[in-house]
Amino acid sequence: MARVIVVTSGKGGVGKTTTSASFAAGLALRDFKTVVIDFDVGLRNLDLIMGCERRVVYDFVNVINGEANLNQALIKDKRLSNLYILPASQTRDKEALTHEGVEIVIEELKKRFDYIICDSPAGIEHGAHIAMYFADDALVTTNPEVSSVRDSDRILGLIASRSRRAINNEEPVQELLVLTRYDSERVERGDMLALDDVLEILGIPLLGVIPESQTVLLASNEGVPVILNERSDAGHAYADMVARYLGEERPHRFLTHRKNFLRRMFGG
Amino acid sequence: MRFLELFRDQSPPSASKAKERLQIIVAREGRNSALSSDYLQRMQRELLDVVRKYVAIEQDHIKVNLDREGNCEVLEVNITLPDPSSGRPLHHTKLRGR
Repeated sequence: MARVIVVTSGKGGVGKTTTSASFAAGLALRDFKTVVIDFDVGLRNLDLIMGCERRVVYDFVNVINGEANLNQALIKDKRLSNLYILPASQTRDKEALTHEGVEIVIEELKKRFDYIICDSPAGIEHGAHIAMYFADDALVTTNPEVSSVRDSDRILGLIASRSRRAINNEEPVQELLVLTRYDSERVERGDMLALDDVLEILGIPLLGVIPESQTVLLASNEGVPVILNERSDAGHAYADMVARYLGEERPHRFLTHRKNFLRRMFGG
Repeated sequence: MRFLELFRDQSPPSASKAKERLQIIVAREGRNSALSSDYLQRMQRELLDVVRKYVAIEQDHIKVNLDREGNCEVLEVNITLPDPSSGRPLHHTKLRGR
C-alpha cells in the first residue's frame, strides 16, 4: 500500500525542498518506487534541487487541467531509476491545485508508486493545506530557531484538525520531526535551541537531526540531492533518517560537537 | 578545564531565553490552546444541535465564551431554555469549567 508523506514546516527556507529531495532519493536508493511532487505553485524549485529543471515540459497543473497525462509530466531521475519528479507549475494562480484534481492525481500515483513525497510550500494557506491534506505521514521540518519552531507548531495544529485523516476521523497523520541546520557547537555554547528543547515544545517523535553543513549548498549548486554525496555529514544524516523511517534502529549522530584538545582547554 | 570561562559573560545563554519565550507563545496560540482554533464556533454549533434534539431553542440562546483568568482558561457555556408554556426564554442553564 502506497504511503503519502508531506514535507512541511510553516516557515520558509528551513529545508523542506532539500529534505524532500534527499528523502525521496533515499527511498529510491532502498529500491522503493518513489515520486516527489512539488506543491509550490508559482515558485517551482524542486526541479532545480533535483537537477532536472531543463527537462520540465509539463507540470502538476497541466495534469490536473487535463492538458497532459501523468506519463508526460513525470520526470524520471537520471541517477536513480526508481525515482520520479512531478514539477510544480509556474502559474501565478495559487488556486490552480484543486482538491478534486490533486486527489485524482494522488490516487493514480498510489497505484504506481510505493511512496509519494509532497514538498509543501511555506505558509499555512491553500498550497500548504492541499499538500498536507492527503498525507499519511508528515515530516515537520524545523530549524532550532524561535520563529521556525512556532510555525511548526501552527502547522501541527493544521494537520491535526484539517487533514483528510482528521476530517474523516481516521487514525491521525503520523507527525515526525526533522530538525535541520543543527549546529551542535552553538548548542553547546547555549546559543542555539537544543534538540531536547524543540522536542519538548513540539511534542512529536524525532525522525532525524540534520547538521548544519556546507555541503547542502554545494549539492544544490549542482542539482544533486545531498544524500547522494557520500562525503557529506548532512547526506549521512538523511540516510540515517530514511533507515529510521523504514523501521531500522539508527543512533542519532551529529548531536555532539567533537572539540579538539586546545578548544576543550580554552573553551570556544 | 575551561578556565577561560571564568572571564566570560555570565548572563544566561540566549538559547534558554528562546525556549522560555517559545513555551509561552506556543501555550497561548499553539495547537493545544483553545484560543488558537476555531473550535469555539464549531462547539457552539454542535451544542446547539444537541440541545435542539430535546428543546426548541434559537441560535442566539446559546452563548459560549472563553476567558482567561491568570493562568487558567475559563470556558463558559450559557444556554437559555424557553418557558415550556409560552415558548419564551425563561430558564438559564450555566455551565462553567476550567
